[in-house]
Amino acid sequence: MSKTITIDGLTVPFRDGQTIMDAALASGVYIPHLCHNPEFKPHGSCKLCTVNVNGRNAASCTMPATEGLQVLNDTAELNDERRALVQMLFVEGNHLCPSCEKSGNCQLQAVAYYLEMMSPHYNHFYPTREVDASHPGILLDRNRCIYCELCVRASRDADGKNVFGLTGRGMATTLIVNSASGRLGDTTLAVTDKAVQVCPTGALMKKGLAYTVPIGRRIFDHHSIKDVQTGGGHE
Amino acid sequence: MYRSDSPGLSRLLTPILQRHGRDATRLLQILREVQDACHSVPAGAIDLVAAHLDVPRVNVEGVAGFYSFLSAHPAGEYRLLFSGNITDQMLGKDELMQYLCNKLWVEPGRLSEDGLVSVDSTSCTGMCDQGPAALVNGWPLTNLDHNRLDLIAELIRSRKPVADWPPMLFEVADNVHRGDVLLGQPFEPGAAIRATLARGAKETLAEMDKSNLRGRGGAGFKTASKWAFCHAAIAEEEGGVICDVGGQPERFIVCNADEGEPGTFKDRVLLNSHADLVFEGMTVGARVVGASKGFLYLRGEYRYLLQQLEAVLKRRREAGLLGGNILGQTDFSFDIEIHLGAGAYICGEESALIESLEGKRGRPRNRPPFPVTRGYKGRPTVVDNVETFACAARIAENGGAWFASIGTAQSTGTKLLSVSGDVARPGIYEYPFGVTVRQILDDCGAQGRSYAVQVSGPSGTTISWKEFERKIAFEDLPTAGALMVFRHRRDLFQAARNFADFFAHESCGFCTPCRVGTQLQKKILEKIQSGHGTASDLEELKRLGHILKTMSHCGLGSSAANPVLDILEKFPDMYESKLKAFAFEPAFDLDGALETARKITGRDDEWAHL
Ligand SMILES: Cc1cc2nc3c(=O)[nH]c(=O)nc-3n(C[C@H](O)[C@H](O)[C@H](O)COP(=O)(O)O)c2cc1C
Ligand code: SF4
Ligand code: SF4
Ligand code: FES
Repeated sequence: MSKTITIDGLTVPFRDGQTIMDAALASGVYIPHLCHNPEFKPHGSCKLCTVNVNGRNAASCTMPATEGLQVLNDTAELNDERRALVQMLFVEGNHLCPSCEKSGNCQLQAVAYYLEMMSPHYNHFYPTREVDASHPGILLDRNRCIYCELCVRASRDADGKNVFGLTGRGMATTLIVNSASGRLGDTTLAVTDKAVQVCPTGALMKKGLAYTVPIGRRIFDHHSIKDVQTGGGHE
Repeated sequence: MYRSDSPGLSRLLTPILQRHGRDATRLLQILREVQDACHSVPAGAIDLVAAHLDVPRVNVEGVAGFYSFLSAHPAGEYRLLFSGNITDQMLGKDELMQYLCNKLWVEPGRLSEDGLVSVDSTSCTGMCDQGPAALVNGWPLTNLDHNRLDLIAELIRSRKPVADWPPMLFEVADNVHRGDVLLGQPFEPGAAIRATLARGAKETLAEMDKSNLRGRGGAGFKTASKWAFCHAAIAEEEGGVICDVGGQPERFIVCNADEGEPGTFKDRVLLNSHADLVFEGMTVGARVVGASKGFLYLRGEYRYLLQQLEAVLKRRREAGLLGGNILGQTDFSFDIEIHLGAGAYICGEESALIESLEGKRGRPRNRPPFPVTRGYKGRPTVVDNVETFACAARIAENGGAWFASIGTAQSTGTKLLSVSGDVARPGIYEYPFGVTVRQILDDCGAQGRSYAVQVSGPSGTTISWKEFERKIAFEDLPTAGALMVFRHRRDLFQAARNFADFFAHESCGFCTPCRVGTQLQKKILEKIQSGHGTASDLEELKRLGHILKTMSHCGLGSSAANPVLDILEKFPDMYESKLKAFAFEPAFDLDGALETARKITGRDDEWAHL
């Protein structure tokens, strides 16, 4: 007999060492998430994947699955709270979807659709953040960074380069790159690096590809992020 | 600005780098010294340190940017940081800081034009019983008033080195007004270790268990259980069990002396006058769990204690109470190293503290695993509060039953309380658990009619005068030790704002709800303060509070709304008297924004207004 947990009443099997998120994804159960990418070590910062486990909230991407856990996921209350978190991410940065090249392929935007976010609700912070276009093949627009550290993890763990990191604290948190000049162009980052592919938003993008796929024909224009990330819904 | 190829910088840093060696866990300690030497951590120093330690530059820059006492930009030969706790504010801190700025011709938060001096605020420096307080280049200044600031301004203008300033400026009193088993009884160094060795490690753990000692750092976890978990933990890394020493995994004992909760200063007094008791408790813990190495994580604000603490450690080594073969026991070696923090409240959270000990940004880890199984360098680690270790030493010396006979059934022993605010005798009071708030207020000479008490600092509970019969105990009012008293007619909304600012400033920024939520909370209180708040803002505060409490990664975020909502619930007038009558007012004034357009078009008719 394999071990199981339940998610919203559904019995979901898991193997030792798996998190609740791992088990859910393996069974095609969608838990909203942004900082999690199954290819990398769980991080636990966005908190979108928060579920209720035996009566207490926990981030499902970092919480180990153990026998018999009763998990609540798709509830009105949790989705309300997740929506508030997405709204927070929108107002703390400068996310101008209509003019963003990532629109339609952006997970932040897609999860906002999924959670039926109709307005940013909170007042925008309009922070001043730096754009770095010094790299010939890659654009870093910090206005869209949500500090998920996926690029940090990918560069460190997959590319073996440590191109990215965070500095500052609290609201002053900033994404930095590994060069004395502070410029992306002076790092060892290559266009083929994993770190360039993992950004869930439009903060890190390859240059020269703008609008090769027109708006309206991009992935989340046709599929819910739920279907894309659980491997379902691709007709 | 220093560059890494500037010979001046390299000359300045070489002795620091050589002293610390190439151990990356020393990173924060190195950067502290760089800051002292350069009055900032310049970009060139980051290059040099990264090269010396052979770590990525981003890691060094990431650490340098995390801690408040490290600055990327020059902070001046004299850096003054005023303690910004609400108790300092009630003693006139804002006016005094402005007074000094005027005298020195500087703006708060800015470096003077000649690069000589900067003046700014910092989080509570732990001198609430002798405030208003400040730090000059990290050294505490107490009892500030206009006369002292006149003198300080003169010393700065005449460029007198801080080391040569009159010692009376730096006097820190213990202010113990009531002592009991920790502060009121003599302690013979070595007594607790001797008792432990005579009784045996297992038997000492049994005494700890019997004592029912619970952690004094806030969470109140039973200490004996924590030690037992650590002792039993098997350190595993991918690929197998770790064996560091003699077939055993290395284990660590960490004393949490970060004491960052505003209004708390009891660990300061324990370390100043009872350090033997604390180190002895750590040594007893080491014997019980089988650790050979310990750390004292001392908050940067208490660096003035460093030298005397090192002297106590040295004396203990010479007396055979620390180091190899303790008291001649060939199988018992344990030593303690002191690490300094650098201005980050979050580093009091045990897993963030461990990250900081490893020389990293103080970001709380994902749990499980907990530090008792995977702590410092992935090894089983006990993290306990200063006072917890002091209690442990007494228990080892006198037995668990003796300790359990003090206090209440669920909260055994005594508790050190740091009392400040509107009282005649601020300072330290040690009571058996179960004492009522009213008793404490009577003993410390609470001025006039006390109105509210903030128990356990901003992350604790605000109680009103209706609740003064409540007891200090885990089962009623748990506390890490702070008690801030507010008399009648104090504007508690200012306390709420001060605390909200504190959390926004100290949020580590790792998780969304706290990084953004503490800012939103702060902004709403600012809106109310400026007279634009409405009833809907109060609802928004409650909703935010719920998200902070239920979605945050660690205790900082989950308690960041406590004082804001407690004061709102218990003293609604404090908020409501500041609200506009309307149910909703946008933070953005639409009609006001149209003013420019009206001017340009020369219109002021009804249709040109909203
Ligand atoms: C934000 C935050 C700050 C903390 N600060 C301190 C502190 O300064 N000192 C302390 O002893 N514990 C602090 N704690 C509690 C520690 O995480 C930990 O529970 C404690 O050190 C355990 O020791 P104890 O069992 O002896 O209480 C803090 C916790 C949080 C969440
Ligand atoms: S740049 Fe993208 S991947 Fe990197 S931290 Fe920011 S949002 Fe995450
Ligand atoms: S709750 Fe706040 S302090 Fe704790 S991890 Fe999240 S951002 Fe950092
Ligand atoms: S996906 Fe789990 S916290 Fe971000």
